[in-house]
Amino acid sequence: MPGSTVLRRHRGIVAGGLLLGVLAGAAVFAPVLVRHDPLEIAGGGGMTLERPTAAHPFGTDALGRDLLARVLWAGRVSLAIGVGVEVLVALLGCLIGLVAGYYGGALDSALMRTTDVVMAFPSLVLAIGLIAVFERPGLDKVVLVLVALGWTTIARVVRGAALSLRERDYVQAARALGADNRTIIVRHVLPNALGPLLVAATLGIGSNMIAEAGLSFLGLGAQSPTLSWGAMLADGQTFLSSAPWVAVFPGVALLLAVLGINLLGDGLRDLLDPRFHD
Amino acid sequence: MSPTALRVVGGRVAAVVPVAFGVTLLVFLLNAAALGDPARAAMGQRGDPEVIERIRRDYALDRPLVAQYGAWMTRLARGDLGHSYHQQRAVTEIILERAPATLRLALTATLISVLLGVMMGALAGRRPGSLVDHVIMATAVLGISTPVFWLGMMLSLVFAVTLGWLPVSGYGGGDWQHLVLPAVTLGALHTGSVARMTRGSLLEVTRQDYMTTARAKGLAEPVLLVKHALRNAAIPVVTVVGIGLADLLVGAPLTETVFAWPGVGRLLVAAVGQRDLPVVMGAVLVFALVYVVANLLVDLAYLLIDPRTRAR
Repeated sequence: MPGSTVLRRHRGIVAGGLLLGVLAGAAVFAPVLVRHDPLEIAGGGGMTLERPTAAHPFGTDALGRDLLARVLWAGRVSLAIGVGVEVLVALLGCLIGLVAGYYGGALDSALMRTTDVVMAFPSLVLAIGLIAVFERPGLDKVVLVLVALGWTTIARVVRGAALSLRERDYVQAARALGADNRTIIVRHVLPNALGPLLVAATLGIGSNMIAEAGLSFLGLGAQSPTLSWGAMLADGQTFLSSAPWVAVFPGVALLLAVLGINLLGDGLRDLLDPRFHD
Repeated sequence: MSPTALRVVGGRVAAVVPVAFGVTLLVFLLNAAALGDPARAAMGQRGDPEVIERIRRDYALDRPLVAQYGAWMTRLARGDLGHSYHQQRAVTEIILERAPATLRLALTATLISVLLGVMMGALAGRRPGSLVDHVIMATAVLGISTPVFWLGMMLSLVFAVTLGWLPVSGYGGGDWQHLVLPAVTLGALHTGSVARMTRGSLLEVTRQDYMTTARAKGLAEPVLLVKHALRNAAIPVVTVVGIGLADLLVGAPLTETVFAWPGVGRLLVAAVGQRDLPVVMGAVLVFALVYVVANLLVDLAYLLIDPRTRAR
């Protein structure tokens, strides 16, 4: 297949990857890209809620802080939470899925009934309930809660793969040749679950970012001065009529990041699952 | 209903019972973890001895956890969710007072997402690969990726703040003007998924032999689309509507907060802020049980639409 056809066929992956690359790059290089400190409060007054200008391309917030700097720095937090939580979720989900699917039996039933119950809750509602258990909200609790609730999807994906592979001839052959369970899991079961796992994990990053933003927006996540797009949007709502830019830019950043992840995830699904080809 | 159908329906209902029990157990454990010891629970209550005594009695805190769960379930069976710390009233009463607003919002949002989504999906699926198809599918992905609370703020900025066509927020005594923006916001999240699913299953259906037969009979395209294609494409769409319930319930606390909508979602968020634990846990439990029951109804809807599932 010539290069241009590959590009056209997988435009979702390319577009999503580009979008994410640019956003992640901007977040990582935030200190180089903007000279304003995201926490620096304007002195002397008259600089608060300033419209977008050449000096402050995204305007300033109620304390006169540069919004471009804040959006980029908050991007570091939001992206790190999205990816970091998903890594933990994938590890936990793989472990639970493998144990349940490979060993089966009562352990499998217990683990799968647990996923049934966790999945029986609308995710954000249960997250809010879990956050309420703690005396004080904060980003660390958000990470804890998102990991505690996020593993079910991946656990089911991996369990399904482990279950179907357990009885395959080549796995039986490997066992007959004296391979132990760990070797079989690492060499045969995990690689075969990798495709669906990758898709679920990619889309999971987007869900984590939206959940973090939602919780922070509700005041149950990042607390000032920790930067987060969700917390910035809560500020934005206060000044929606007088200074709409405070709400517009962090939201656009969040939207673009999630869009990039969804394009990438959908693209990967098309790539890895031939059934989705038209 | 035939005995077979009755047995299938009974089976589905029975399968939900352990999940519902699991839900109550999880909420109970959350509550126990949040309460900790009675002294800590009462700290937020300025140490009022009467309140401490009631918490102790309500939650049977001096007894083992199993007994506490038993006592809690007994009260739950009577519809008793405890007393609010903040408002000196029964939690059940508070939630029932807020439920109609959330129900109204959720039903309108579902209606919007299904009507709009099926329309978009049918339009896109009629001519796959066309410009219309691409535009609609791009809009769908954009809709799925938009954070619901930000969308609400932007709609409010355009239609309420700037144009002044609709009120910014509030319930407004239940008139339709106040309902429009929150319902569109909550519905938009899910419209994209419905559109994608409708398009996908429409493409699948139009490839089937019975469609060729119907076309060969000389049926007009609109009749073909509505009578043969959409009915058969409805099965996956019902699935999406079912999944959409989750979106709807997840979106409710956010949308209600943005629009100051006096529903259960906003009640939940406010209660967390006030550390009003009985209200928090009551609202979480009600949301989860509504979700479980709604999923059961979706499951039963398959039996109605698709006779093939009845055999299973």
